[in-house]
Amino acid sequence: MLERTFTIKEWTEALKKLRSFYRVFAPFKEGDFHSFREFDGSGSPDFNFGNTRLSAKALIYPQSERMFDYTLDEKNPDVNLYKEAVKDLSPQAIVGIRPCDVKGFRLMKRNFDNEEYRDPWWVQRFESTILVGFGCNDPCPTCFCTSVGGGPFNEEGLDVIAYNLGERFVLRALTEKGEVFLAKAEGDTGPGEDERRKMEELKRSSVEKISSRVATDQLKLKEVNALFSAPFWEETAFSCINCGTCTFFCPTCWCFDIQDEVFGKEGDRLRNWDSCMFPLFTLHGSGHNPRENKVQRVRQRFMHKLKYYVDKYNDGVQCSGCGRCVRYCPVNIDIREVAEKMNSY
Amino acid sequence: MNQTHNPYFPYPVRVEQIVTETEDEKLKTFKLRFLNPEDERKFTYIPGQFAELSVPGKGEVPIGIASSPTEKGFLLFTVNEVGLVTTYLHMIKEGYVMGVRGPLGNWYPWEEMEGKNVVIVGGGFAFTTLRSSIVYMLDPQNRQRFGEITVVYGARSPGLLLYREELSDWEKRNDIRMHITVDATDDPEWKYNKGFVPAVAKEKIKSADNAIAIVCGPPIMIRFTQPVLEELGFPPERIILSLEMRMKCGIGMCGRCNIGDRYVCKDGPVFSLAQLKELPPEY
Repeated sequence: MLERTFTIKEWTEALKKLRSFYRVFAPFKEGDFHSFREFDGSGSPDFNFGNTRLSAKALIYPQSERMFDYTLDEKNPDVNLYKEAVKDLSPQAIVGIRPCDVKGFRLMKRNFDNEEYRDPWWVQRFESTILVGFGCNDPCPTCFCTSVGGGPFNEEGLDVIAYNLGERFVLRALTEKGEVFLAKAEGDTGPGEDERRKMEELKRSSVEKISSRVATDQLKLKEVNALFSAPFWEETAFSCINCGTCTFFCPTCWCFDIQDEVFGKEGDRLRNWDSCMFPLFTLHGSGHNPRENKVQRVRQRFMHKLKYYVDKYNDGVQCSGCGRCVRYCPVNIDIREVAEKMNSY
Repeated sequence: MNQTHNPYFPYPVRVEQIVTETEDEKLKTFKLRFLNPEDERKFTYIPGQFAELSVPGKGEVPIGIASSPTEKGFLLFTVNEVGLVTTYLHMIKEGYVMGVRGPLGNWYPWEEMEGKNVVIVGGGFAFTTLRSSIVYMLDPQNRQRFGEITVVYGARSPGLLLYREELSDWEKRNDIRMHITVDATDDPEWKYNKGFVPAVAKEKIKSADNAIAIVCGPPIMIRFTQPVLEELGFPPERIILSLEMRMKCGIGMCGRCNIGDRYVCKDGPVFSLAQLKELPPEY
């Protein structure tokens, strides 16, 4: 497969060229954090980061998006008729995404693209996206991708993998889509012997830096109702304030809400990220709520990721091990501890 | 992408008729006609399924389909006035244009019911997909596919029963046994049963032999009907329930209507008691 090397400066120039073919999204430093932003040709993306604060989830699955629009104007012959909202679904490249966040998309695909139904917008965005992953040289202390089937240089689902060798980046295409991308980026030929050695060394040392080990091997074997009524949920949920930060940051949380909004006589049907942490998520019109208490909602989040998903798809847990929910939880609820409790129950 | 393949796209329909069903005026039946005949052809449904009613500017509500596929040219939905969308629906006039998205969810186990006696137990306004089922079974094309049909249907008072004209038509037929009941009434003209649905079910349902029971109603009715049916000898595999849940997408994607690893919108709303016993009791 095609390989190319770039200095940091050359890489920024290459991204400028690539803007003719793709909408290019890359990490930019904003305050203390890195965020994905569309590269408008000015400034430079910064590839020296642990991980972006938010995953790239929103680039394929926007936090809020218009689904349909309609007019309520009775003089208009099209009154009350839903029309699909116009969207920009042109090719985009997500450059600098970490392998764990790519895994997030792969897990999410199960939800949005299955035998019975395809979510048209998620699928079209996913299919028009090139994932240019950057391996993790320095995983965070909260990272545990290696426990959930991933790894800091895991190539699964990526179109291109990049190695950050400090002064130079080495990029290797992994798919046909990636070949096309890399050919358009031009750049120097592949790495020399010395650089290849460094790449191998990075791959090895990064894995060694991941100190968290989370066992999930017994989850499939557990009886669902036994786990559901386990005594540890009260304690697990005790400190939770139901803020929803965990679901907001999670690259594998896919739940959404659908709402109609009206401005004057024009209306939109919107889809917005939602969260199982909120009581309104499941409140019936009758007032009945199957998950009215926070312990039920906290249990739902963990049971979904670590048991229901496991049972349903028989392919591991619904977690990429990115560790964001651990890092950003204001009350230090740690999915690694909950997984241990469930796995050893 | 072709809009017809978009599972979120509501087919445009016109409200042809609105019937107030109950004396408290909280339940109205909406008769909807597709604006485009090809949409009607695509909307092929089976009794037990539901659809999302789409009200522009207000949102969507998941409602069981009350018409039967044997009734051509229209759809019926009986809607209780509870929240934002349904309250608005109760204010619209005939002629209003809105949307219907579906059909969604699974259906009553018709293949399994074939050749069997069918026992239907319904309470209150949860009689909608049961109406669909009864009309479907009584259709001359279908009636011989089923054994005896026994229906126990109750409401708090006579004025709260749905589809009263049809109920009295069915009462007169000899190919369906109707047991209509009300919790209480001081109406001297009332000629049917008095008493709660579980008690009437216990008195009227004779046997579980070669029978399947479909139960729809408020949770309290379901809770007290279940032991009656079990005592009669219905195994949990032959007690069929239709569940309600807050829903948005209706296609198993938005995440809120799960019971364990099943989604009520896609894997349900129809479950057997045996299936529910395997799932966490969170509904």
